[in-house]
Amino acid sequence: MRMRMNQAIARAIDDEMAADPNVIVFGEDVAVAGGPFKTSEGLLDKYGPLRVRDTPISETGFLGAAVGAAMTGLRPVAEIMFIEFLGVAFDQVVTEAALMHYLSGGRYNVPMVVRSSVGSGLGFGCQHSQTLERWLLGTPGLKLAVASGARSAYGLTRAAIRDDNPVVILEPRSLYGEREEVDPGEQSIIELGTAATLRNGDDVTIVAIGQTVGVALAAAEGASWSADVIDLQSLMPWDKSSVLASVRRTGHLVIVEENQFTGGWGTEVASYVMTNAFKDLKAPALRITAPDVPVPYGLELERRFLPSPDYVTQQVNEFMSTQLVPAPWWKEFA
Amino acid sequence: MTNERTESVVSRREEIISSRVSRLERMMEIRLVEDRIQDLFARGLISGTTHTSQGQEAVAVGLGSSTRPTDVVCCTYRGHGVALALGIRPASVLGEVLGRQIGCMGGLGGSMHLSDPEIGLLPTFAIVGAGVPVAVGAALQFAVKKSDGVAVSVFGDGSTNIGGFHEGLNMAKVWNLPVVFICENNLYGEYSPIASTTAVTDLTKRALSYDMTAEVVDGQDVDATHATIQNAVARARDGGGPTFIEAKTYRYVGHSRSDQATYRPDGELDAWLARDPIELFATSLVASGELSLADVDAMRVRQRELIDVAEEAALASPPGSIAQMFAHVLAP
Repeated sequence: MRMRMNQAIARAIDDEMAADPNVIVFGEDVAVAGGPFKTSEGLLDKYGPLRVRDTPISETGFLGAAVGAAMTGLRPVAEIMFIEFLGVAFDQVVTEAALMHYLSGGRYNVPMVVRSSVGSGLGFGCQHSQTLERWLLGTPGLKLAVASGARSAYGLTRAAIRDDNPVVILEPRSLYGEREEVDPGEQSIIELGTAATLRNGDDVTIVAIGQTVGVALAAAEGASWSADVIDLQSLMPWDKSSVLASVRRTGHLVIVEENQFTGGWGTEVASYVMTNAFKDLKAPALRITAPDVPVPYGLELERRFLPSPDYVTQQVNEFMSTQLVPAPWWKEFA
Repeated sequence: MTNERTESVVSRREEIISSRVSRLERMMEIRLVEDRIQDLFARGLISGTTHTSQGQEAVAVGLGSSTRPTDVVCCTYRGHGVALALGIRPASVLGEVLGRQIGCMGGLGGSMHLSDPEIGLLPTFAIVGAGVPVAVGAALQFAVKKSDGVAVSVFGDGSTNIGGFHEGLNMAKVWNLPVVFICENNLYGEYSPIASTTAVTDLTKRALSYDMTAEVVDGQDVDATHATIQNAVARARDGGGPTFIEAKTYRYVGHSRSDQATYRPDGELDAWLARDPIELFATSLVASGELSLADVDAMRVRQRELIDVAEEAALASPPGSIAQMFAHVLAP
């Protein structure tokens, strides 16, 4: 059935709550209001206030509570309204949740999910528009997944709730209202760490996550080159073998990122591919990213920030014809 | 983990729950283990740092004796005393501090990270205040499962200045959760006297701002800490919600191994030593006729022998293995 991404997320949580009484949901305005982005609509009525509850505006407090609840037998799903709010509770995710299994020699699990809306495009300004996946990259003990639409949001959310590790799921805010075909049920659960190849081609491998998946697909439509478009879906762990197999065939790697250039998640993919498929590459990896600036507010500027389909097409055109990495649009400012 | 070890930590807990004499023995054990840890550092056998709690034993034992092994405890990096009081064995604590396999975390944690799920001690928190909201979550778990378990968070006065403390207390009260917050007010947050860092020195005022039941207890009197914590735990089990307890106590040593505590005013340490929790309780048990002076002396000798044996076992244990280092990064 076709559903919006926020409906798919609510449905995924609903399905897991129905299957396991240990699954609980909390966050700011997730219960009575059904979530600021309607990602938990209907859950309070169905499961009651013991399992679905509104928290104070206390991210440290309720993510800490998620850690404690998870270590002692529940499967909490906590919502961080905007990923920037994780900043005030970072300790509980990277220093408490991520390390407790290791510290305890495997005797405690921390099966908690932190869901958060991310990304630019809705005019929320620089403190409410970042993706910030790089804050979490490379944290041992943590899993990290990124939804690119209703289908992957459903599958990843269910997988995350079942996982015995702390999992962070990032949900591009601009996609909550976008519809996709979802087939609710076990068969649609997406194993964390697996990518999805959404378009097949022979000339170039384009790797994307979240909001840039749609950008990459649109860029590849009608282009003079044919592309494998890979939605990585998870960043920790990430599907190295799918990317490697594709690049070995196409010889070209393009990574489309919403984050700023410096330290973006694509550096990890580019580095890995260069190390492991150097001789298969016909050109250096091309990273198409946002510039190293905060997310601007004004609509026109914000649109420049996120790579657009046209920009991606132009960059790949030049890349394919020169076999060299083209300069980004902001070259005169960087 | 063998059954024998399981029984051992739980039965050690039950000893101090059922016997006042065992509480004296356990306080002696804690003091001796921590003195021994400092000694091992001085002998160059331990790297890194450690935070000991000599002088605060009556809080740890009052906590261990008034809660069940099925309750959950969140404690800080100054946790040797609480770990031992809850039932972890001296060899497991000494071994952990030494980074050996016999340690309760297999040598992966160190002095600041002690744990055993059998007695409900979550890995102790090395980030000030981090365990406060985590205990709220454990209490939420008991509430959701409609069990009569209680979560305890024990921390120092320094923790009352971090945001997570306030968020945790507020949530516990708003949700009426079965949690007991025990603040060991030892008068110093790291190197700084409480008055220089904290707007109120009577810390129960902070709990009262959350409309939470708050009590002050003499942290040097183990009968008092036991009774006060037991009341709070009983109230939590009965659905009466959270309690904040401020235990007035003192650490005889600096914040960590590198702190010589030169900032203390003259005479302060001596005044507290005159109210040493072990001596106070030994005197009380002798006065009541439960023990003779000779019994107390024999107990001290016996405890020292047991710590010698524990130290030998810890030093004989191999260091953590490379395989262990990779074994538990993620749950399967």
